[in-house]
Amino acid sequence: MPLLPPRWRLLLVAIAALSLPILSGLAWLLLTGWFDQVHGLVPTGRLGPDNWRFLWEAVGGRPSVWIPLRNSLIFSGVVATVVVLASSMAAYAISRLSFPGRAAYLGLVLVLHAFPAVSLIIAIFFILRRLGLFDTLTGVILVKASLELPLGIWLMKGFFDYLSWEMEMAALVDGVSRWTLFWRIALPMVRPGLLALGTFALLSAWGEFILPFTLIVSNQNWLMSAYLQTFLGEAFTDFGMVAAVGLFYAVPVIVLFLLGQRYLLNIYGGGVKG
Amino acid sequence: MRRYAAPVIFLLPATCLIVAFFLAPVVTTLYLSLTDISVITFQNPQWVGMGNYATLLRDQFIGRIVLNTARYVVLTLLFNVGMGLVLALLSSSVHQRWGDQLRAVWLLPRILPPVVYVLIWQGLAREAPYGLIGTITGSSTSWITAAPWAVIVLANGLVGASFGMLIFTSAIRAIPADLFYASAVDGATTLQTVRRVVLPLLRWPIMFVTAYQTLSLLTSFEYILLLTDGGPGFYTTTVWSLHAYKLALSQYFGNVEFGLGAAMAAVLVVIGIVVSVAYLRIFNFRALVAEPKIEVN
Repeated sequence: MPLLPPRWRLLLVAIAALSLPILSGLAWLLLTGWFDQVHGLVPTGRLGPDNWRFLWEAVGGRPSVWIPLRNSLIFSGVVATVVVLASSMAAYAISRLSFPGRAAYLGLVLVLHAFPAVSLIIAIFFILRRLGLFDTLTGVILVKASLELPLGIWLMKGFFDYLSWEMEMAALVDGVSRWTLFWRIALPMVRPGLLALGTFALLSAWGEFILPFTLIVSNQNWLMSAYLQTFLGEAFTDFGMVAAVGLFYAVPVIVLFLLGQRYLLNIYGGGVKG
Repeated sequence: MRRYAAPVIFLLPATCLIVAFFLAPVVTTLYLSLTDISVITFQNPQWVGMGNYATLLRDQFIGRIVLNTARYVVLTLLFNVGMGLVLALLSSSVHQRWGDQLRAVWLLPRILPPVVYVLIWQGLAREAPYGLIGTITGSSTSWITAAPWAVIVLANGLVGASFGMLIFTSAIRAIPADLFYASAVDGATTLQTVRRVVLPLLRWPIMFVTAYQTLSLLTSFEYILLLTDGGPGFYTTTVWSLHAYKLALSQYFGNVEFGLGAAMAAVLVVIGIVVSVAYLRIFNFRALVAEPKIEVN
């Protein structure tokens, strides 16, 4: 699309105005986390680390913040690893191997990609109870990873489809097994796809709320989202401290965002949730 | 069978996970909706046939919940698609540096953890003199209580608009430059070019975004649960999916109506399956599942 003629440059102001609500929300979070009291966006109290005391003491019957932090790191790390590995294996088979039911399998993946998985939460609760995985990190990890698979398989299939297959063909002729071929030749060549899917899965697992909120009860297994949510439900919320906890929880996301804005835009262009 | 050893091994991990946590839950939802399962009868649920569905139809509040759901989906959808279109058009018609910045800012609400995002809304919506919205409007109560629907639609919309924004932007970039030269030669103004050239070419992306987001809004309840929990007051902002969730899994009512919640969820599951299969038919399925390039096993 052509650029606007100079007399329309006022639109830049409109653009800035549109972004204002989002930027002022972030400014609020930053200010409230660091000051005793904030009116609107104007700090009226002292600057002080008092809001951050949750870092060294347990607050109001909750476990120390380091326990949910550790759980969230394990949760997102394992989910991203499982999603990347299982999706690229399945995508490789769909893209490169011939087997009966291949079209049907891909069709199923596409239908599941569009299907809103959150409507299954009630049945998933029941199934985890039956499997004895309710209230365990393992259970939530498996569920979260499964729900990301359709997107992952679809994304990775696109990357494998674009690989030129002369190199693979040559290796096959030399008698290399499919498995070695996959690990040594195909996977290294789709590294951009692996990175994109890994980043996406990491961010999605880090923010996940409904699954851990529903499938985990004991506070030793809480993730950061559940830990933060307990502050929101209080009758007299100490917004200074909640904002500090929120900042603490969101810092990895914001850092990742600042490092790779353009890169992230490409991932989300693939379309995931509404 | 050795012939298929490779595909089986490659597909095994993904297939196990999909069967256990996608396909089994679909069947389980339908099965549970036909039983009287609750926390008391968890091990030994009785078959009640269509009993739960009959209870739903007789429920005096079901009309209100359906209306709430329609209002939530329609209003949020209008905001998402409209705002997505405005953002895509604005960010494509200024220098790319500014356009990228604008899109990056609008992506932020989507990648922030939902609980942090809702926390920010709660802070901004507080009563004067603490909250920004409260201070501007001079409201002495929280905006979440005063105008729950406005907050819900805006909170969902700021997240949802970026989806349309990204899809429309790439569609606009794909428009051949010749068309713009042609309309410039014909003396079209900027507004005329947008209306007569760009918008008609965006028809399919707009339909896609609308269809995709209708389904995901119909089943999503995360932000409503966190923002208002279905209140304030009685069912004010309770939508279908949230009600299903609370009937089945709310800690306060002690999981007493698990089967009834499953019946409500089953309705969504069936709609979800029908609609996503329909998408496949509309968005050219055969091209997507073309044969693989290597036929060696």
